[in-house]
Amino acid sequence: MSNYRSEDQKLSANIEEYLETIYKLSHNGDMVKTTNISKCLNIAPGSVTQMLKKLDNKGYVDYSQYKGVKLTENGLKAAKSVTRKHRLLERFLHDILKLKNSLLHDQACEMEHTLSDEAERALCQVLNHPDKCPDDCPIPACDLPFTSCEECKARKEEEVSVVGKRDENLIPIMDLKNHQKGKVSFIRGDYKVIRRLLDMGITIGAIISVIKVAPLSGPVEVSIRGSKLAIGRDIACNVFVELTGDEEGLA
Amino acid sequence: MRELKDHANNFIKQSADLQEVQKQSSEIKQQSYRQGHRHKKRFKWGIKRRQPAYKGEEVAWRKRKGITIALAGNANVGKSVIFNELTGSNQIIGNWPGKTVELAEGKLCFEGQDINVIDLPGIYSFYTYSMEELVSREYIAYEEPDVVINVIDAAVLERNLFFTIQLLEMKVPLVICVNQMDIAKQKGIIIDTKKLEIALGVPVVATVAIRGEGLHELVEKAVDVARNKSKNKLNPMEYGAEIENRIQALTQFLESEKLNLKYPLRWVAIKLLENDPEIRKLIESKSRESVSRAYQLAEEIENIHKEPSFSVIASERYSIANRVSQGAQIQRKIKTSFAEKLDRLVTHRVLGYFVSALVIAGLLLWTFVVGDFLSGILSDIFSFFQPVDPQVSGSLVSILWNGAFGGLVAGVTLIVPFVIPFYFMLSLIENSGILTRVAFMMDSAMHKIGLHGKALIPMILGYGCNVPAIESTRILENRRERLLAAFAITFAPCSARTIVIMGLVALYVSVWWAIALYAIDILVMLIVGRIALKVVPGETSGLIMEMHSFKVPSVSVALKQTWKRTKSLIYLVFPVYIIASALIQALYALGFLTPIANLLAPITVFWLGLPVFAGVVLIFGAVRKEYTLLMLVALFGTNLAAVLSPVQFIILALVSMLFIPCLSTITILFRDFGWKATGTIALANIATAMIVGGLFYRIINPLF
Repeated sequence: MSNYRSEDQKLSANIEEYLETIYKLSHNGDMVKTTNISKCLNIAPGSVTQMLKKLDNKGYVDYSQYKGVKLTENGLKAAKSVTRKHRLLERFLHDILKLKNSLLHDQACEMEHTLSDEAERALCQVLNHPDKCPDDCPIPACDLPFTSCEECKARKEEEVSVVGKRDENLIPIMDLKNHQKGKVSFIRGDYKVIRRLLDMGITIGAIISVIKVAPLSGPVEVSIRGSKLAIGRDIACNVFVELTGDEEGLA
Repeated sequence: MRELKDHANNFIKQSADLQEVQKQSSEIKQQSYRQGHRHKKRFKWGIKRRQPAYKGEEVAWRKRKGITIALAGNANVGKSVIFNELTGSNQIIGNWPGKTVELAEGKLCFEGQDINVIDLPGIYSFYTYSMEELVSREYIAYEEPDVVINVIDAAVLERNLFFTIQLLEMKVPLVICVNQMDIAKQKGIIIDTKKLEIALGVPVVATVAIRGEGLHELVEKAVDVARNKSKNKLNPMEYGAEIENRIQALTQFLESEKLNLKYPLRWVAIKLLENDPEIRKLIESKSRESVSRAYQLAEEIENIHKEPSFSVIASERYSIANRVSQGAQIQRKIKTSFAEKLDRLVTHRVLGYFVSALVIAGLLLWTFVVGDFLSGILSDIFSFFQPVDPQVSGSLVSILWNGAFGGLVAGVTLIVPFVIPFYFMLSLIENSGILTRVAFMMDSAMHKIGLHGKALIPMILGYGCNVPAIESTRILENRRERLLAAFAITFAPCSARTIVIMGLVALYVSVWWAIALYAIDILVMLIVGRIALKVVPGETSGLIMEMHSFKVPSVSVALKQTWKRTKSLIYLVFPVYIIASALIQALYALGFLTPIANLLAPITVFWLGLPVFAGVVLIFGAVRKEYTLLMLVALFGTNLAAVLSPVQFIILALVSMLFIPCLSTITILFRDFGWKATGTIALANIATAMIVGGLFYRIINPLF
């Protein structure tokens, strides 16, 4: 979703600016006059016409001389996205950074083109998914595949790929010697894998000891909470423990 | 005087009556238990498997008469053993996790009370990422069994209690069965069930299910709980204050929202705080405020612990489990047990592989030797009665009769002798727990074909029959892995293929060529698996598997399972064998088969170097692999050496082994993976068989 626009499709700031303006000026999908755009962007009508033809070629707008210009489906999508970023940023600058109203627009204009989609999603969540910008203009809805903002937030949590705290002294259980003990302190990996490990008793703070490592870079057998588990090497490399110092007796 | 005598007589009679009554009553008591047994017998075949229900399917499962008991618990704690003991059915049991993939249902009559027993798949948590967990959870929530028996492994009390706590939170009527007390004792673990009972607030019964110990009491307690519907009296286990407060706050909020839910509110609250996707979706459809509130509270927990809330709650739940288990068990130091010594040997860095290879080779060799021996005896017996010769002339009736008899002889002499020793050994291996060790040792090798070690278990089971093997691929994490494993399994030399190899190659060529074919088959499996991996790329998920203790496999259990498997094979195969054999001979005599065989001649004769009739033989082999053999016998009698050369025996066996999954395998593939995948697998098998068969023919032909 972050790469729904691949490199070659990435729009220049200039194009985004045009699309955003056309979006702002067109209500209910009306044609927008070249002169209005020229006024709004403070650019000579000749240059505007030239740019609009370019956009037409790229398939973002339908441009016809004398009548004006209209966003295509593709153009609308891009325009909404950049407008959304602009207005979210305005909200952010206003609500959180407490910038003066007069500064908002220009600052947001600068930032909107470099804001990644992930950052946009995070921003939306931090701001508690607002629906209007400080000037009371509606913020277009995102096109993420979620049915609700709650789901968006929940999914983000599900994408969590670490539990515990990373520390330099920690070592992965893969590197423990046979019968060496450690305290589980940090796990990273796929959400489902972490969930499964937690269910099987490998929780943060649990004492784990290695029974043996299978040869040929095979899995590791560990003892945890009185049970024995075989854990694949890839997973075992991502479960980190703090050494407790003592070794488990052979019995 | 006479009166006195009468009186005395009366007295004697009375006392005799009394004794009679006493005897009767004790008999009644015995009988009621025995009646259970008899009842068991009656329902022996009454075991049903059914597709699990998904996604909030409302109470579709009909309400039954009598009490319903559900067996729930971690994988491999002995649920199926208890199930079998109670219902007298023969659920296949095995010492490896994930064997029961669907619900099994059986009946029992206990002291006049009809009881339905449900065996749920083994799970570690109610988190809904795996199919088994969803099945169990929905069964318990929607079907509302009258009582749930939570079977727990006495040797791994703490980990098992993690699940028990979740059951308590679901507020199901519960009886705890602490099973495998004998193994725990061997490990020096003594469990005080009384203390456990007090800590958990539900009845606890200690059992050794494999010997039937404690089961009577278990059912007694379960029936008692079911009748009184005594909900858990004690409050559920309390979490740490900062979590407990939020659970209660959310529970109250949910209560005020007046949602009509099947699950208890406290449990829903905990699941919401844990961010369980299924429950979140369920609640979101009814009250979005509840979900928002849950997020808020979960965030607070996260801020306190600097940890995702699900991790905090899992840790907390484990600390409760730890507290309860520490309070109820004593761990004594003991000497290294035999099982542990064996464990060390089997997972030894060098010897381990040797043992793994020995297990598989031993299984096959044992089948060869014993099968050959039994087969010899049986065919001697039959030829004593009537020599089997194909009869292609004479009246239609005599052709049919002769064909039918030939089919029976083929079944008895070629199939039964090989599957019985095979199934017996497979049961012993399955029950010993050695499969998990083999999976552990072979994990890195399995990664070469994009699977992890656990996938080896279904593949070894594939040596018995592809159908249950493909079913058991459900122990794997995702569809891609299941598909890869199922594909590899379709090449596994199942017992039917073994029969073909035995019947054609070992009997008519030599045992060594039969073993060579096995080796080729395994090689093909690896190569094709490797190619499949290139076609279906993706990340291999890691191995997380519990390593259960070794158990001395019980011979009686193995015999029972052998009988069950053999019986279902005989029931399925023999009628078809006899009828098909008769029909085929008739069709052959009437000249219907020749055109088909001629049509396939370019492939069978020119590419594979087989006789013309091989085409028909192979087509029938697609229905069931044994039919390859049956066809030959039907057409030419048991003296096959007259019609096939040694090379042709080998090639025919090889091609029929590889060329297509049998009809029942195709059916199960279709059910689990759909037509597209099934078609692709079948085509891949045919292509492989043709390539390997043709090349191998050209390689070995000069040798003979």
